[in-house]
Amino acid sequence: MTHWLIAPVLVPAILGPLMILWMRHDLLQQRVFGVIGSLLTLVVAIKLNVMAAGGEIFVYRLGNWSAPFGIVLMLDRLAALMLILTAILAVIVQLYGIGSGWDRKGWHFHSLWLFQLMGVNGAFLTGDAFNLFVFFEVLLIASYGLMIHGGGPMRLRAGVQYISYNLAGSALFLAALGTLYSVTGTLNMADMAERVAMMPPEDTAVLRTGAVLLMLVFAIKAALVPLHFWLPSTYANAPGPVAALFAIMSKVGVYAIIRFFTLVFPSDTIVETIATDLLLPAALVTLTLGQIGVLGTRSLTRLAAYAAIASIGMLIISVARFDAQGLTAGLYYMLHSTLAAAALFLVVDMIAARRGGDFWLRLRPAIRHTGLVSALFFATAIAVVGLPPLSGFLGKLMILDATRDDPWMAGIWATILVTSLISLVGFGRAGSILFWKSHELDTEPGNDTDEGERPAPGPIPTKLETDEPIQDVDDSAAPWLAYLATGGLLAGSVALTIFAGPITGYLQETADQLTQPALYYESVLQNQEGTR
Amino acid sequence: MELLVATAIGACTAAGIYLILRLRTFAVVLGMTMLTYAINAFLFVTGRLVVNLPPILQKYDESAVYTDPLPQALVLTAIVISFGMTAVVVMMALGAFIESGDDRINMPEDDRVMPPLKTIDDQSEAEDEKA
Repeated sequence: MTHWLIAPVLVPAILGPLMILWMRHDLLQQRVFGVIGSLLTLVVAIKLNVMAAGGEIFVYRLGNWSAPFGIVLMLDRLAALMLILTAILAVIVQLYGIGSGWDRKGWHFHSLWLFQLMGVNGAFLTGDAFNLFVFFEVLLIASYGLMIHGGGPMRLRAGVQYISYNLAGSALFLAALGTLYSVTGTLNMADMAERVAMMPPEDTAVLRTGAVLLMLVFAIKAALVPLHFWLPSTYANAPGPVAALFAIMSKVGVYAIIRFFTLVFPSDTIVETIATDLLLPAALVTLTLGQIGVLGTRSLTRLAAYAAIASIGMLIISVARFDAQGLTAGLYYMLHSTLAAAALFLVVDMIAARRGGDFWLRLRPAIRHTGLVSALFFATAIAVVGLPPLSGFLGKLMILDATRDDPWMAGIWATILVTSLISLVGFGRAGSILFWKSHELDTEPGNDTDEGERPAPGPIPTKLETDEPIQDVDDSAAPWLAYLATGGLLAGSVALTIFAGPITGYLQETADQLTQPALYYESVLQNQEGTR
Repeated sequence: MELLVATAIGACTAAGIYLILRLRTFAVVLGMTMLTYAINAFLFVTGRLVVNLPPILQKYDESAVYTDPLPQALVLTAIVISFGMTAVVVMMALGAFIESGDDRINMPEDDRVMPPLKTIDDQSEAEDEKA
């Protein structure tokens, strides 16, 4: 039994409290150790990927108790993939947090960051449904702290809303687990799967209820329509780097859906068809609503939030049938959309910072470094909308290809293609307001023909909302680090395009592993020599 | 007994959901607590209801009867987590109330409507008025 499996949980769990105890007042030390912690999880994630690439499923039995009774961690290709994605995102976005000066607007940014990593990593690794709940709570409680980082009434208000919604979700999660436990008598995922498979189809009413409840919980986390209401205000009011890290949080919901509906309720059970019937329409509506939101919103941060909702819709469309091809395309799009959504949040934060904290889509004088920032915005928009040459295009193409023989094919293709056009227009509108018209504003002062939106010429407005702390670019420790981080995320998207062949091959193997859950049962429940 | 427990869980859930929909922080916190009670009781009975039996497995007595210990362990964990979460939501609700002046949960108008631009001129005028 290898002990590497617990390292992604242990490293942040040890470093986080130490940072609170010893470096409470020293931001520099916090920064150094925070980045070291994230880098360590990255190293561990790489090591775990190397281990998992062979196709073996690793099981870590905590306390060496045998499986259905003791708690287990499971590592397969999907878990390893999610771990490395989380670690890469966390390192890069943390650098942005340092570079933009966000991490000194409140206390304990870096330790909360590590706690968040601990929860996310644990949720990806656990092989036990109740521990999935516990790790969800860990990542949520850290996210509450990060979400209100920096304070301000609007952010606190959005935080209370977010926390209430998630507490209701947690209650639902427990109800779902209780229902499943009362039917199957176990909470170990592999054991539960075996008992579900043995159950006669006419006795599955309660089981199906439990499965649908569980799917609702994960849909809340993933912000799938009609359970998406918490997302726009939360992401729009969260600090930029935190919103970027939250890009992985909604993927935790998607991951849990994939995990449960390939492992516990695989495709030959009656539960699966229910899941598919519910998921696909919800995903189509999510995608449409998200892209319309991108076009219709009047605030930059909400534009990014709606783009995140849309990406979840696209992802679930591909995943909803739980076949190997759909999962491959979905996983590729998951890699792409996490990086792209995070980059979008960072760029939006950079723009807002350079406009003195004004994140509304309206005409303002041209911002500083407008060339570089607008180039970043342009590239990010290309990635998010899914135009060539960045990876969004490939991901979208793969999803279209995977849904080619679906009975809903016409509807799916029409939705994807039309909504892409809508979001393209939405980003075009935002870009032209932010970057093009602002130059007009500089060159033609006093021209007040534009529906009254144009501010009176004169000195540059200083502060917009009394509650929003001024984001000052000069206040940031190292602005180049912020550019580097955003560029790094975009470079990830470029790399996904260049290495699309090998990556897709790996994802193909991952999807194959997911669709053949017999190996999990064997790894977790049999092969238990040496356990008590 | 099943009927009693089920009724209690149902009543708690109904009250909890009603209170959560009130959209005021105090009512919502109370509603969350009610909902958590209901869920905890529900978790407790998922191992089936039995009376006067210990949640202990006995190794040497094959015929010994017992109540399912696992849900009890789950409930303990769930209670601890829900206490912690309630504390967090109370603190944050208090913070939001102090900072924004009212205790509503839903987002205020300012979140959706573009505020007018305040310029340096406006601010100096406002200061002039004060003076």
